[in-house]
Amino acid sequence: MLADQDRIFTNIYGWEPFSLDAAKKRGDWDNTKDIIAKGRDWIINEMKSSGLRGRGGAGFPTGMKWSFMPKESDGRPHYLVINADESEPGTCKDRDILRHEPHKLLEGALIAGFAMGAHRAYIYMRGEFFNEGSTINRAIKEAYDAGLLGKNAAGSGWDFDVVLHRGGGAYICGEETALIESIEGKKGQPRNKPPFPAGAGLYSCPTTVNNVETIAVAPTIMRRGGAWFAGIGKDEKNTGTKLFCISGHVNHRCNVEEAMGIPLKELIEKHAGGVRGGWDNLLAIIPGGSSTPLLPKHICDTVTMDFDSLRSVQSGLGTAGVIVMDKSTDIVAAIARLTHFYMHESCGQCTPCREGTGWLYRIMQRMAIGNATLEEIDMLLDLTKEIEGHTICAHGDASAWPIQGLFRHFRPEVEKRIMEYRKGARDAA
Amino acid sequence: MKKPVDLNASYQPSSFEFRDMDKVAEIISRYPQGKQRSAIMPLLDLAQRQVGEDGAQAKPPYGGWIPRAAMDKVAEIVDVPPIKVYEVATFYSMYNLEPVGKYLVQMCTTTPCMLCGSGDIVKTCESQLGIHTGETTGDGMFTLMEVECLGACVNAPMVQINDDYYEDLTPESMKQLLIELKSGRPVTVGPQNGRVTSMSEAGTTTLVAQADKLGVKKAV
Repeated sequence: MLADQDRIFTNIYGWEPFSLDAAKKRGDWDNTKDIIAKGRDWIINEMKSSGLRGRGGAGFPTGMKWSFMPKESDGRPHYLVINADESEPGTCKDRDILRHEPHKLLEGALIAGFAMGAHRAYIYMRGEFFNEGSTINRAIKEAYDAGLLGKNAAGSGWDFDVVLHRGGGAYICGEETALIESIEGKKGQPRNKPPFPAGAGLYSCPTTVNNVETIAVAPTIMRRGGAWFAGIGKDEKNTGTKLFCISGHVNHRCNVEEAMGIPLKELIEKHAGGVRGGWDNLLAIIPGGSSTPLLPKHICDTVTMDFDSLRSVQSGLGTAGVIVMDKSTDIVAAIARLTHFYMHESCGQCTPCREGTGWLYRIMQRMAIGNATLEEIDMLLDLTKEIEGHTICAHGDASAWPIQGLFRHFRPEVEKRIMEYRKGARDAA
Repeated sequence: MKKPVDLNASYQPSSFEFRDMDKVAEIISRYPQGKQRSAIMPLLDLAQRQVGEDGAQAKPPYGGWIPRAAMDKVAEIVDVPPIKVYEVATFYSMYNLEPVGKYLVQMCTTTPCMLCGSGDIVKTCESQLGIHTGETTGDGMFTLMEVECLGACVNAPMVQINDDYYEDLTPESMKQLLIELKSGRPVTVGPQNGRVTSMSEAGTTTLVAQADKLGVKKAV
């Protein structure tokens, strides 16, 4: 278990005020100018040596991402965009940073912005987080009033502005190029890459989009050193601390900061009071938000919560939104509900996703009650393969994975349901 | 998303003016010069809130929504053809393009909430208000909507009513909440079972020294 002195988010549950005074007592904004004085290369190298991988789901190495920004401006401004569009079912970690630790985010924004040559950051927050947005706006005002943002931010010599942009309730805007489109005042429809945002992003200027948690851990990494962060976790590719969200059929649902690579079983038993009815009552777990394929109990028994371990069991760490399902769960209906989500949230731009997610949903609805034929299972899986990899963004892939995971581990359950339904229909006739 | 909208419906007012032009100017100033199109979303939100403020005083009351005239006004302000604003307004689910009740009850039913009984919350709301999901009560007080994940999964099941989240609901607390709102009595925002934010209900499992100092309950 992660030691308390290694936790970054010491106000994650909001025991104390989020305000600047309280945040300073927790160590935020402590001589930020000294960090900036060490220079861009030092900051990016420290980030690289920390091994931090993006906390928004894809897990791309953050230091490397920052280094993709042009070293010198060609006249175009650079932008940092912070992705606070947290909408992946099962995920509610960024919300706690936004409402309880906003100054970690703002200080991180200044450090990251400086490191990539940006004088302005936009925080794109999901519109439903109205109160969290108000908190961020109050924190931004406190920071400006104290000289920590604005001209010569925190006495660093670097001018830096932070602006909040509220979303309008579209999951797809969590995709970085859709998010950029949305800030530009358009429908949130993803762009083709290349060009990548570091070359042409917001307003066609060099842009880096980072998740809230990624930016909020940056100041602590700078203070305590990349080596400290890298010393926590599973191995050199899966480092540091991570916020986990444990939802579903556990005794005590909660968010908690833990070490990357903690065994899934330990995470649930230590922090969430165990699976409802005991570990043996476990059916399956979706380990990293709705897009990641579910894992049956026998894998959950031993798997650890990190990018590469979860990939090796054909799932993923994603956003670390752990959705626990006990044996009372109708697993087919649970996945069918996610399919509805992906149908509803498809932006409509690419045909395989726009049409395919609807097909998936309609077939899954029938599978959930058994009103299907056995041959349709392979047809459904074929369909997921027709969508996966054939769309501009990963929304199509994300709609396919939960279904693939279901049939990878629970195909006999669906087959049984279909046989029973057909028998029922025959008997009735 | 991809909402149908009747731009010529009888409830559409013929004109719309922003009351707070300083706020409009402040919103536009958040974006670089020449990029005022970025202000479309915040201006639509401002319009919806203004309509909601009027609606809260009206008899019968109504909630915030965006008339066509407001979309046209936004288009005029940011200097784009109106269709560019209609596109945005119809794409995002939070912009109501027809009148709604004073309290817009958005019930999350995505899998994490579903596993924790959101189906019973939907049933409770429907029976307590006497309407189906998607409808508005005759007195203009409530509209019921089913929505996708609102990002409070460890406090499931939950609903959003106007700007606030109500979490850790049971059918009983949901019913009580609707009764209190209807009667105009103050309600508690957030967890409805006394729980501290996203911390384990059994008490904290981490940050033990701070918990001791602040008198926060610890898990045994």
